[in-house]
Amino acid sequence: MRGVAAFIAGLVFGIGLLVAGMANPAKVLAFLDIAGLWDPSLALVMASAIGVALLPLQWSRRQQRALLGGTMQMPNARQLDKRLILGSLTFGAGWGIAGICPGPALVLLPLGYWQISLFVVAMLMGMGVFAVLERRRG
Amino acid sequence: MINIDWAHFTPYSALLGGALIGLGASLFAVLNGRIAGISGLLGSLLPRGGEGRSEKALFLAGLLVAPLLWLLLSEPPAVQFDTGWPGLLLAGALVGIGSRYGAGCTSGHGVCGLSRLSPRSAVATLSFMASGFAMVYLIRHLLGA
Repeated sequence: MRGVAAFIAGLVFGIGLLVAGMANPAKVLAFLDIAGLWDPSLALVMASAIGVALLPLQWSRRQQRALLGGTMQMPNARQLDKRLILGSLTFGAGWGIAGICPGPALVLLPLGYWQISLFVVAMLMGMGVFAVLERRRG
Repeated sequence: MINIDWAHFTPYSALLGGALIGLGASLFAVLNGRIAGISGLLGSLLPRGGEGRSEKALFLAGLLVAPLLWLLLSEPPAVQFDTGWPGLLLAGALVGIGSRYGAGCTSGHGVCGLSRLSPRSAVATLSFMASGFAMVYLIRHLLGA
């Protein structure tokens, strides 16, 4: 049951990315190009997603257990550190080069574009480098 | 100052798509008790072991099936790339390593984190938005590519 719910949640999320235009790298770059001809659509995507998720996530944050059982796994880190900021700046720089972030990369993967395959391989390698460095750190 | 590209502005599909993204994230949080953060889910599947792997993998499987369902019901989605292979390689590597060090990406910090009203996610979102805007400005307006 939990598995079915997870699959449906992912499916709805993925359809949302496609409907929203988030899975079109040129549209994402047009949103990030505030000094050029600016397409503000993705600001509405973000606002709408947060509008819908606000109450359910606030509710989840206050629960001990999920509706289908199991513990609530909500993040509890609070520190604003160098890792958070430098990591996010690095992620944003990559996002700004190609207009692709991890969700849209997965949604586009089955459509067979070589650009996405290359991006996903490089992204997984980047995540692998992180995993190796973290293990060394102990 | 700001020139809005009205011809490509798609408010209705943006609002509808955003609502579906929010719904998917809400379902995963309320039913499974998990954050729909794609980089975190992917990253946690890389090492062996760890609990809850199957439901994380099934959420990601839903993402991968979404475009196939889309193709059954509708025209192929508009997809256009403006980046050559060196840019794509660099972009992928920066997105992979940066999203793991920053503990989240557009979905985990941007959608879920801001919905949780997390100060950490607000700082992360401002940071990646700022560097995204800066990178596009650099590439398109300073380097003129």
